[in-house]
Amino acid sequence: MLEDIGNLMQGFAVAITWKNVLFMLIGILLGVLIGVLPGLGGANGVAILLPLTFTMSPTSAIIMLSCLYWGALFGGAITSILFNIPGEPWSVATTFDGFPMGQQGRAGEAMTAAFTSSFVGALFAVLLITFLAPLVARFALKFGPPEFFAIQFLTFCSFVGMGRESPAKTIVSMMIGFALAAVGLDTVTGTLRMTFGQTELLQGFDFLIAVIGLFGLGEILLTMEEGLAFKGTRGKIDAKVVLKTWALLPKFWMTSLRACVIGCWMGVTPGGATPASFMSYGMARRFSKNGDKFGTGQIEGVVAPETAAHAAGTSALLPMLTLGIPGSPTAAVLLGGLLIWGLQPGPLLFIEHKDFVWGLIASMYLGNIAGLLIVLTTVPFWAAILRIPFAIIAPVIVVICSIGAYTVHNRFFDIVMMVVFGVVGYFFKKLKYPLAPMVLALVLGDMAETAFRQSMLVSGGNVSIFFSNGLVSSIMALALVLLCWPLVSRGRERWRERSGKPTPA
Amino acid sequence: MDAKSGVRRGDLTTRWVELVVALLIVLGGAVVILDSLRVGISWAEDGPRAGYFPFFVGCILVVAGLWIAGRNVAVWRKLDGKIFANRDELKPVLAMLLPTIAYVVLIGVVGIYVASAIYIAAFMLWQGKFNLLLTLAISVGVPVALFLLFEVWFLVALPKGPVEHMLGY
Repeated sequence: MLEDIGNLMQGFAVAITWKNVLFMLIGILLGVLIGVLPGLGGANGVAILLPLTFTMSPTSAIIMLSCLYWGALFGGAITSILFNIPGEPWSVATTFDGFPMGQQGRAGEAMTAAFTSSFVGALFAVLLITFLAPLVARFALKFGPPEFFAIQFLTFCSFVGMGRESPAKTIVSMMIGFALAAVGLDTVTGTLRMTFGQTELLQGFDFLIAVIGLFGLGEILLTMEEGLAFKGTRGKIDAKVVLKTWALLPKFWMTSLRACVIGCWMGVTPGGATPASFMSYGMARRFSKNGDKFGTGQIEGVVAPETAAHAAGTSALLPMLTLGIPGSPTAAVLLGGLLIWGLQPGPLLFIEHKDFVWGLIASMYLGNIAGLLIVLTTVPFWAAILRIPFAIIAPVIVVICSIGAYTVHNRFFDIVMMVVFGVVGYFFKKLKYPLAPMVLALVLGDMAETAFRQSMLVSGGNVSIFFSNGLVSSIMALALVLLCWPLVSRGRERWRERSGKPTPA
Repeated sequence: MDAKSGVRRGDLTTRWVELVVALLIVLGGAVVILDSLRVGISWAEDGPRAGYFPFFVGCILVVAGLWIAGRNVAVWRKLDGKIFANRDELKPVLAMLLPTIAYVVLIGVVGIYVASAIYIAAFMLWQGKFNLLLTLAISVGVPVALFLLFEVWFLVALPKGPVEHMLGY
């Protein structure tokens, strides 16, 4: 424990240099911008900027990109409260009470509450990372290929078990990711797979292209369909409102704490920020004294989802750093960045690249404090950006996405693929196929496959290796429980209906 | 598609889109399986062959795709009148998608900067009905700013065409 605090202090020394603080501020400003704009978000914003960081030092690069992520998490709330348009999927729940508050002229109050609770959620998650991550990493050093495959299996099963979408669609999305990851040269045997004689397919599909297409162009197409018109309340925020709201907030400590726990749980097991925010909102409504007034502009209804979303978004980095398994699409993109900068995420990172890890963790503290101050002071500016007509913003975002897709490998073919992924994203989103499992499978595909094949090599093709010792079998058992969870809960519902007992609401 | 359920000609109904997508997934799964069989799914003397893992992936895709398609057909009647996107919604989507495809083709011909200028200008005039001056300012300004950012500042080369070559890049 003490050693970790010492490491953290060293991390602060790494993070607080002029250059890194500058990158931090750039990251946050860009992050809020992409959080506010439709079609650009945490995942594809980081994906687009990733190629620009290839020449930077990994520590500066990850500080800038992770701050971009915090910024995007903050930014989503602005559009929800002022315009009733969630800038990010995880701020949908914030619109329920945030927008009514805005309409009652309490936009400043709502935004202060949103930003502050975002900050609290993030801080809780960073503290968790600071003290838990080294332990997890030390524990994971004992892992062999079967354990790693089991953990990855658990990751994917938890998508099926905890997702809001139909299990079959989650599985399809995941398997498409795995199939796309397999395209190209097989690194183990040197065989070409699914290239069908096309030289463009030799290198396979890069998940960055998929992220930019699915979340970028796909989102723009959806926004076009909805016929976007920004009609919103004015965003005004001053010191008096901020202080008044801060004095009010401690009353909701229980809601906050619950939201923090839900968020961290959903972030570490890859449920993600979006389900975390909904779950937290639902819980707050059930437990609050004013539960029946939720939806009419309750400050608690803003605190609950925002805290949980930030806690989930931040804690998603915990499994990414310690196990090499990202807890969210954005964490997946950051993981891809680590690989490109030549760092192997996983338990060894904590031993071989101490500076990097602790610099990043220290920057999480600083980035969130800076983020809170920046968003509180710049709200009117972001609100003004949203008044730019969509007919200007839309083509500019597509141009930026295309450039982002091209710079990943300097390939024209990737721009074409981005458009294809954009169309797929549009259809999948509308048919309620979840996109996150596809992205994660695309990132983890090679790793999962290698772990699986190595395990099979060790055991000579016997699947029982995944139940060979206590650790691996308990992970696998947990995974299988999660995989079958939808069946169990549906079965229970049916049984209740038949036995005539009333189902609890 | 009867008038009673409110589905008009040109509307996409959810059940058909769902079915077609599910069948495409089955088809994709079948392609994965076939290719895995080609590279070998069995066990070589040094371990599993390249198709070993993708074969499972393909099988799961086919099964899950058939499951979704089957469920969709099972509740086919119930889905009557559910619309994936009606004509008025599809129009703006196509108004975005078609120019974007043209834009990508154009990038291959004249490079990304000129293509971006044309794309933004066309979109602003056609969709936004902006006046010529503002359109020109933005459609030229954005690519120039991007050019400075990428080619000059970050030294990242983007696809260029005859116009940039003429200017000596």
